[in-house]
Amino acid sequence: MQEKGNLRDKAELLQRALGFFAKEPMTFMEVCGTHTVAIYRSGLRSLLPKNISLVSGPGCPVCVTDQGEVDAAIKLAEKKGLIFATYGDMMRVPGTKGSLRNLRTQGADVRVVRSCDEALDLALKNPTKEVVFLGVGFETTAPSTAAIILEAEEKKVRNFSVLCFHKLVPPALRLLAESRELKVDGFLLPGHVTVVIGVKPYEFLPRDFNISCTIAGFEPLDIMEGLVELARQVHDKDPKVSLLYARAVRPEGNTRAKKFIRRVFDEADARWRGLGKIKNSGLRLKPEFACFDAITRFDLDIKEVPLPSGCKCGEVLMGKLRPEECPLFSIRCTPDDPVGPCMVSSEGNCAACYKYSYKVMR
Amino acid sequence: MCLAVPHRIEKILDSRRVIARAGSLKVEARTDLIDSVNVGDVVLVHAGFIIEKCEEKEGQELEELWKEVLNIAGKRQS
Ligand code: SF4
Repeated sequence: MQEKGNLRDKAELLQRALGFFAKEPMTFMEVCGTHTVAIYRSGLRSLLPKNISLVSGPGCPVCVTDQGEVDAAIKLAEKKGLIFATYGDMMRVPGTKGSLRNLRTQGADVRVVRSCDEALDLALKNPTKEVVFLGVGFETTAPSTAAIILEAEEKKVRNFSVLCFHKLVPPALRLLAESRELKVDGFLLPGHVTVVIGVKPYEFLPRDFNISCTIAGFEPLDIMEGLVELARQVHDKDPKVSLLYARAVRPEGNTRAKKFIRRVFDEADARWRGLGKIKNSGLRLKPEFACFDAITRFDLDIKEVPLPSGCKCGEVLMGKLRPEECPLFSIRCTPDDPVGPCMVSSEGNCAACYKYSYKVMR
Repeated sequence: MCLAVPHRIEKILDSRRVIARAGSLKVEARTDLIDSVNVGDVVLVHAGFIIEKCEEKEGQELEELWKEVLNIAGKRQS
């Protein structure tokens, strides 16, 4: 523990530094849903100089799962004799006709797992049933899905497959950087995605788009430090990728985890809710693992489905609209009865805004 | 969903599994994605898998410091 006076000096320094560097208006986007929640919960926004605006980006994997993907998951989970295993966050995400949770109340065998490891276990314990695991999440989650597919192959498990909707963060950041409407000066990059992929995949942002980048931890103070560094880069016209979360992130990332991803998956185009199809922004099982690919195994057709009328998830995920600017926010769309996934996941922009700030504003 | 929480390794179960603790919560975590682990290591656990070893966070210090930030900002605004 440090001396109290010492802490006060550090705190004062951070506040002053932010004021000093933010001489002009600057807009920063936090990309990770966990940052979004930490920013709302800590009240950090109210402490920022008026020149700094914060917008939230497409960093919650539940929120960016496309409606067509949710519909495909629900259609598959309806099959008789099939166990459908999913992370709990996906249970309430609304598809065109209801959610996985609705389906379970109607008798479908939908199970919540905390890890894909548990899904493989279900397959081993129920050899006469097909077990499908819903693989969602970014680069943080994809290596574990890959590890389980390799284990299923090693153990010759024949009744297990993965409905793979994993997505990759850097291609979505490229889309945001190329957008003419969105003017972001800096990205607060997702810390735990970076634990896996390292710093290099973001280097195109300062190099090709002049966008400042910081990788920061998840305590309010980590975020504040990250914002000071972003403001400094903009002030000094020194865009780069700064790593401030060195207690967990190695610059090269987790090479072993990256090898798992490369061994099992190929990059493929993927549809993001509200953002549309983004080139090479998803992962698909390599042809040699086709027997574990639920899309091939059950001949699924992932359709393009329009968003529910009035839903502004796309604009919210691109940082173009604040959640409370969506006409459905708090009227037709609430955490109890969500219209879009941004209101479902605890890390969703709309849910965080509803929980931590909207009630105060009212 | 991308949250990874620091845990301390308490017990090695087999070549793929350990018991790790965060506060009062004990979990089983898989070690496939890291090269080696030892009892006592602090690791980030995400969706049941260890994704990296990490340094211990000075959580309490960060919390105190955050209170100071709020304090200073409060004084300026009033
Ligand atoms: S309030 Fe609901 S419908 Fe509107 S953007 Fe958020 S999640 Fe989508």
